[in-house]
Amino acid sequence: MDISAIRKQFPILHQQVNEHPLVYLDSAATSQKPQSVIDAIAKYYSEYNANVHRGVHTLGSKATDAYEMVREKVQRFINAQSTEEIIFTRGTTTAINLVAQSFGRSNVKKGDEIVLTQMEHHSNLIPWQQVAKSTGASLKYIPLQSEGTLSLEDVAKTVTERTKIVAITHVSNVLGTINPIKEIARIVHEKGAVLVVDGAQSSPHMKIDVQDLDCDFFAFSGHKMCAPTGIGVLYGKKEWLERMEPVEFGGEMIDFVGLYDSTWKELPWKFEGGTPIIAGAIGLGSAIDFLEEIGMEAIEKHERDLIEYAMERLSNIEGITIYGPNKQKQRSGVLSFNIDEVHPHDVATVLDAEGIAVRAGHHCAQPLMKWLNVTATARASVYLYNTKDEIDRLAEGLVKAKEFFTDVF
Amino acid sequence: MSFNQLDTLYRQVIMDHYKKPRNKGVLEDSSITVNMNNPTCGDRIRVMMKEENGIITDVKFDGEGCSISMASASMMTQLIKGKDRETAIKLAHRFYDMIQGNETDEDLDLEDAEALQGVSKFPARIKCATLAWKALEKGFKDELNHEE
Repeated sequence: MDISAIRKQFPILHQQVNEHPLVYLDSAATSQKPQSVIDAIAKYYSEYNANVHRGVHTLGSKATDAYEMVREKVQRFINAQSTEEIIFTRGTTTAINLVAQSFGRSNVKKGDEIVLTQMEHHSNLIPWQQVAKSTGASLKYIPLQSEGTLSLEDVAKTVTERTKIVAITHVSNVLGTINPIKEIARIVHEKGAVLVVDGAQSSPHMKIDVQDLDCDFFAFSGHKMCAPTGIGVLYGKKEWLERMEPVEFGGEMIDFVGLYDSTWKELPWKFEGGTPIIAGAIGLGSAIDFLEEIGMEAIEKHERDLIEYAMERLSNIEGITIYGPNKQKQRSGVLSFNIDEVHPHDVATVLDAEGIAVRAGHHCAQPLMKWLNVTATARASVYLYNTKDEIDRLAEGLVKAKEFFTDVF
Repeated sequence: MSFNQLDTLYRQVIMDHYKKPRNKGVLEDSSITVNMNNPTCGDRIRVMMKEENGIITDVKFDGEGCSISMASASMMTQLIKGKDRETAIKLAHRFYDMIQGNETDEDLDLEDAEALQGVSKFPARIKCATLAWKALEKGFKDELNHEE
């Protein structure tokens, strides 16, 4: 993998921030976009902008072809059985809410159980709290091991015959933990429940094969994988999607409309009410091309090397605590940490003064913060364009932050 | 930005309040207690006040947060102790103006809290600085609603 050639394709990376070359270590929040994605969106707007699935005019059919071709790309990218299983949404949050509101509310009743983990992002937690509240179902949590991983025995103990839905993140946005989705799916299916997977932090960084994982639903966002904001995907097994009711009604999703009743289009369009996110989808298609040309395996390996290096460099700094699993195979490109006596906000401000962008806060995972017994952490997250030199800059910045707060005052 | 510029944010007096907070703890006989958090970062604060004959005779705070939010809370409690409610609210508004870099004619001394002026150059940290002051205002408002 030629990192300098890759970096050349990301115009945003070549700038000074606070008089230092930018080190962008916040890709778990949102990734940067390569020129090819920016160009694809500009080309759509400047050459064939038109609404889809409507007119018979030339631009309209060009736009429709481009939009539907991305659906095929996404199907191949995650190895779904058919394009009917690929629904475009606004992002992971909207995708999970669609499953919760449609599948959840009609399949869960009083006395049933919904099973989650304490490492869920709020977007894979609150939708289920709402389903539980409105149906009278109970929420249960699979406990976490000391390093923030799941044990399959605990999964088997927590999921019971009364469990209807199990919703789990593929990769934790705080701990970087990679959860064994395939093994979890086997247990969930043995108990007769369905498995919903939050793939926001996995799809940008590793090869996803939804048939191999055997999950029932898989949700992810474009903007974390080099595509623009505002486009995401819900994958669902056709057998479930066919039986589900839409949650948004209006144009685009209908078959026949009468004064008192209407029927819906076939899959996947019945879930895409209103003018869809055409430019976003075209950007996503271009991002998939970009990532596949480099290769997901190569990207995964590069990030693993970087995180291994980062863990080694950072753990040599006295007073630093790194959260999440120690074993490289169990973790993705996310590294959360704290420095003794220095609040993560202050860490982030000092790093920013050095041109280094990291996240500080609760990372939309307040129950996990509680489990870690902290109010917040700092988080560095890497992607295909990051380098070991940048990890060195991070480590040097952290030493400065520590000195600034402990020695100066 | 250099470390010199960081010094405009993290002034000595701020770090002093952070390391040795004034009025930190629990006020057992408070007449007003208010909890507030910053949902974007998880910081949280509790401000407890004792009001007698319209005067804030005692005030304490506790909570968890960054140096800016905790130092600001410490400075706020020091400033409003012994003041009446109206003055306290005026001071809070003067503080918001200063933090946002707004010019103001009001001649009000914010004492140690003047040191937080540098926050106006760090927009991402404004909410940290104002947390305790917002809690103060909320405490007064909640109490009014309660009385009604």
